[in-house]
Amino acid sequence: MQNLGIRFPDLLIWFPLIAGLACFIMRDEKKSRAWALFSSFITLGISVASWLNAGNPELNGLTFSYEWLKYSGVNFAVSLDGMGRLLTGLTAIAFPVIFISTYRNSYKNASVFFGLMLLAQSGLMGVFCATDALLFYFFWELALIPVYFLCSRWGGEKRIQATFKFFIYTFTGSLLMLVGIIYVYLHTVPTAFSEHSFSMRAFHAALLSPTEQNWLFWLFFIAFAIKMPVFPFHTWQPDTYEQAPAATTMVLSGIMVKMGLFAVIRWLLPVFPLAVVHFDKAVIILSVIGMIYASLLAMKQDDLKRLVAYSSIAHIGLMSAAIFTLKEVGMQGVMFQMFSHGINIIGMWIIIELLERQTGIRKISELGGVAHKAPVLTIMLVVIALANIALPLTNAFVGEFMMFSSLFSYNVWIATIAGISIILAAVYTLNMVQKVFYGETVPVTALIRDIAWHEKFILAVLVLIIFVLGVFPKPVIDLTLESVKAALTRFS
Amino acid sequence: MNNVLQLVWLIPVLPLLGFLINGLGRKHLSKGLSGLIGSGTVLGSLVISILVFLSVKNGNTPVIHYFDFINAGSLKIGFDFQVDQLSSLFLLIITGVGFLIHVYSTSYMHEEEPKDFAKYFAYLNLFVFSMLLLVMGANYVIMFIGWEGVGLCSYLLIGFWFRNNNYNNAAKKAFVMNRIGDLGFLLAVFWLINKTGTTDFQGVFAGISKLTTTDITGITLLLFVGATGKSAQIPLYTWLPDAMAGPTPVSALIHAATMVTAGIYMIARSNILYSMAPVTQAVVAIVGLSTAILAATIALRQNDIKKVLAYSTVSQLGYMFLGLGVGAYTGAVFHVMTHAFFKALLFLGAGSVIHAMSGEQDMRNMGGLKKYMGITHLTFLLGCLAIAGMPPFAGFFSKDEILAAVYAKNPVLWGIGVAGAMMTAFYMFRLYAMTFLGKFRGTHEQEHHLHESPMAITIPLMVLTLLSVVGGWVGIPEALMKGGHHFAEFLAPVFAQSDAITVKHTMTHSTEYMLMIVSVSLALVTLVYAWMKFSKYEKTDKEETGIGKVLENKWYVDELYQTMITRPIQFMSKYFNEVLERKGIDGFVNGVGKAVNYGSRQVRLLQSGQVGAYVLLMVLGILVLFIIQLFL
Amino acid sequence: MEIKYYIGLAVALFCIGVAGVLTRRNAIIIFMCIELMLNAVNVLLVAFSKMHALSALGKAMPSVVSDGQLFVFFIMVVAAAEVSVGLAIIVMMYRNVHAVDVNFLNRLKN
Repeated sequence: MQNLGIRFPDLLIWFPLIAGLACFIMRDEKKSRAWALFSSFITLGISVASWLNAGNPELNGLTFSYEWLKYSGVNFAVSLDGMGRLLTGLTAIAFPVIFISTYRNSYKNASVFFGLMLLAQSGLMGVFCATDALLFYFFWELALIPVYFLCSRWGGEKRIQATFKFFIYTFTGSLLMLVGIIYVYLHTVPTAFSEHSFSMRAFHAALLSPTEQNWLFWLFFIAFAIKMPVFPFHTWQPDTYEQAPAATTMVLSGIMVKMGLFAVIRWLLPVFPLAVVHFDKAVIILSVIGMIYASLLAMKQDDLKRLVAYSSIAHIGLMSAAIFTLKEVGMQGVMFQMFSHGINIIGMWIIIELLERQTGIRKISELGGVAHKAPVLTIMLVVIALANIALPLTNAFVGEFMMFSSLFSYNVWIATIAGISIILAAVYTLNMVQKVFYGETVPVTALIRDIAWHEKFILAVLVLIIFVLGVFPKPVIDLTLESVKAALTRFS
Repeated sequence: MNNVLQLVWLIPVLPLLGFLINGLGRKHLSKGLSGLIGSGTVLGSLVISILVFLSVKNGNTPVIHYFDFINAGSLKIGFDFQVDQLSSLFLLIITGVGFLIHVYSTSYMHEEEPKDFAKYFAYLNLFVFSMLLLVMGANYVIMFIGWEGVGLCSYLLIGFWFRNNNYNNAAKKAFVMNRIGDLGFLLAVFWLINKTGTTDFQGVFAGISKLTTTDITGITLLLFVGATGKSAQIPLYTWLPDAMAGPTPVSALIHAATMVTAGIYMIARSNILYSMAPVTQAVVAIVGLSTAILAATIALRQNDIKKVLAYSTVSQLGYMFLGLGVGAYTGAVFHVMTHAFFKALLFLGAGSVIHAMSGEQDMRNMGGLKKYMGITHLTFLLGCLAIAGMPPFAGFFSKDEILAAVYAKNPVLWGIGVAGAMMTAFYMFRLYAMTFLGKFRGTHEQEHHLHESPMAITIPLMVLTLLSVVGGWVGIPEALMKGGHHFAEFLAPVFAQSDAITVKHTMTHSTEYMLMIVSVSLALVTLVYAWMKFSKYEKTDKEETGIGKVLENKWYVDELYQTMITRPIQFMSKYFNEVLERKGIDGFVNGVGKAVNYGSRQVRLLQSGQVGAYVLLMVLGILVLFIIQLFL
Repeated sequence: MEIKYYIGLAVALFCIGVAGVLTRRNAIIIFMCIELMLNAVNVLLVAFSKMHALSALGKAMPSVVSDGQLFVFFIMVVAAAEVSVGLAIIVMMYRNVHAVDVNFLNRLKN
């Protein structure tokens, strides 16, 4: 295999891209759906293979890159480290899950829909693998642009408005980042072929004064903060989640929000260490405000999707706060939580989607008593919801424990205030469970049937992951050890 | 004996297996089978626990490491079990009383549908599993897993009949209240990690010198916040009485064997920390005593048979905390054990009564059940005597030990404690008399239906009665019998470290006799008074007034919390949702959009389509450029 | 003659052209005014070329002598081409709206 010149990062990027383009030419809905599912399984296979060969640097592209625009210092440089492997793994798991769980949904122009989904997957893979700033930017946009189309063509009633908001938000962020990237580029040291370079190593060595770092930090951070999202850049999220088609929402919340966190760890921390140390408190306080704020808002939401959206904002707030504590434990927690949050929230969306498909309703106040009619669905939901509020022995507990621990050693009071969100999370989650699933059935839920076997299967897989990682988190924690150390080298 | 220790992991795993089998196979299992699996697994744990207990008695107290749980940076948390005197004792209580409750449930829940029956046993097993994890964990994190686990199980079981929204509310309340406490616990754990770098009990206690007084006080106070949630103390006690919504055996499980004793266990486990933090000890003692009194006063005027028992639990837990607060760890743990016996007995007895009364829980509609239910009546009476602290029943010895320690510390606290004990005697015999004595006050239908419960119910009652009678004899105070306190001897190694730094108040035996006589005789007087008064109870429609009304409404604490905490949070949430989010942040974002829109609409007016206008603008532009070129 | 008379003439012509373009609505007259402006520039070009040619004579800058004049020819050729296109547009415009008033055509659609 070594001699074939096949490298996992390339495969992970190119395969979905080509599969997606191939999908566009298919005319038949069934065929394109099956193809999308099939290709997502192949991608999963590639990802699994990359996990198995984690020890082999050649296959993971740690040492090489293609030249792209040689004399401008742009290279097609990709590699997989522990963190990249974790997140590409999440992406690879998420897509088959999403495709299976929404297998019954039918779409107009299905081939385009699935093609765009696969393109987004390719973009995501690229973001997680790129070690060249321009390439990173390219993939960042490649991941986002299909989502704009997916939302605006297959979304709900107010999809145009929501997409527009989403577009403006993320595009503003992207442009700020582009300006930042170019500025840093112009301050990199010359290489053998070019005056400047976009490579990550060059970025790390860029000559930037503290003042420059300070404002560049915000250019990058706002772009990432919008994507995560961190308070107060979050208002696109509930609207978009509400309006986007279910499959897209899963991609957005399960994986795309991790792009922001990932980028902070991969690019922001090593490139602007002085600014990070300067602004860590500000970011943490913003994040913690966001946690409490989003939790309080989640209590008042009547739409299931909006509720989950706000709860996601609260969870992401904790992650972004934990990153900026700049401690190994916290960072490990973030890594772990990125993965578990992806699993859990996709599970939540699947259940909401299943409910909505049968009843046509997402309003918490109009549902009730689902547990009588669909016990399996209810059990799955309860498990996933409990994982979402970080009950011990579920995956989220491990991550949250580490993150809170690190936040506590950063500042006791901030950790205490952030801890209130744990209580609020229990309140809104249990409220939702009670109103939707318990109590007496109402007319809309009286005819509900329990879920089909393939939905059961996929939820069972998620639940299994939740518990396995909750009890044996060690393999995942060990996986990201090196990445965490690398991200923190400039701070010790 | 070492072979037994290799089986330790089976103790929690067996109930977990029971949970999985019953949970996954609930549609296929018959009632008999799921009951058998549910009880059998706990019986298995009980047997191993007994073997482990014997092994521990011989001095084997290992920490067993299974695998690394969280291992990141400096943080190392193993999945470790600690088997020592304290945990093996709790293992016995949990699996022993738990097993009896399982057996009892096979009959009590028999009217449920098979799949609900299996679900019930699955939850019950999960409950036992969580509690076992809690007491076996060798570090605070494993303890916390069980700690939250029991919270979850109580949520599931209180809301077992989930059609009823009041039950669901009670379940939610229990979970949220517990979570508030859990936050305190978590923060304490983080504090420990931060200062000592470990969460292992042994590591923390060995490295206690690294902690300053502030640290210890803070940690112990935060842990105590956790305990107030789990063990229903002021201010987080209100969930426990509401938890009556669940099936009665579940109440027995929560109140006796699991859950509420967790707080006591945790503090007893951390005894060295508490002994080094006098401020916290004072807080614990005062909170414990206030809870004991407050709950006792409320219990005086409750008419629901289970509510009275629930408040009595809160009150008894208060005594245990009082004991912990004055450093009488052995006494507190002793009371946990005896309380587990008689409280399980009382709840199961109450369940038997409710069963016979076809679901009626209001004592005003009972009375005279003595002649219908012989075994239940007798066992219940003995249970009441035990909780009232009458010698030679179990409650006497444990309560006496706590009160004696309190007296040594502060006679005033002792006085209040004795007053609480009098109230206990009063409300328990009010309950007894209203239920079993006098004449029947229910409907004819109910009277016709009255019957003694089947064997599966009465046998656990009898076993528990036996334990409630003799259970206290393992801890006879020195004053009454030299070398009679086997219990203290057994637990001594656990509390050795804190005993070494505690100032001993020695009392003469005559003082002890006097204390015993005073408290027993006062309790006896109130007992007889209540017996006389309520055996002639007649139903009236008269509403309670004055203090009676306040007591009947539980001092309006729920209402107070509602206005002080729930409402403001709801209001804040509403305000954020409707004003800050919509008008503030979204308003700003949309405002930017609107400004751009407005601006472009204004600029668009220049595009009139009139060629002349364009040319004029062009000429003006040229002129401006000219001027700039020439004059600037 | 001094250069200033030529400049004066050119400026006058140009201003007349501008004023015409700005004030008239008849497309043909606007067109003629544009021609007027072009020719004002032509006059300037020729005049300056002539002026500089005298001072450049005998120096090693032969092209200066004729550059201005050549440009004038270019402009005339381009202007002629432009006129034919412009007139064609005006004819089409007249056919469509039966007027040569530019304000009739103030919208791009319809």
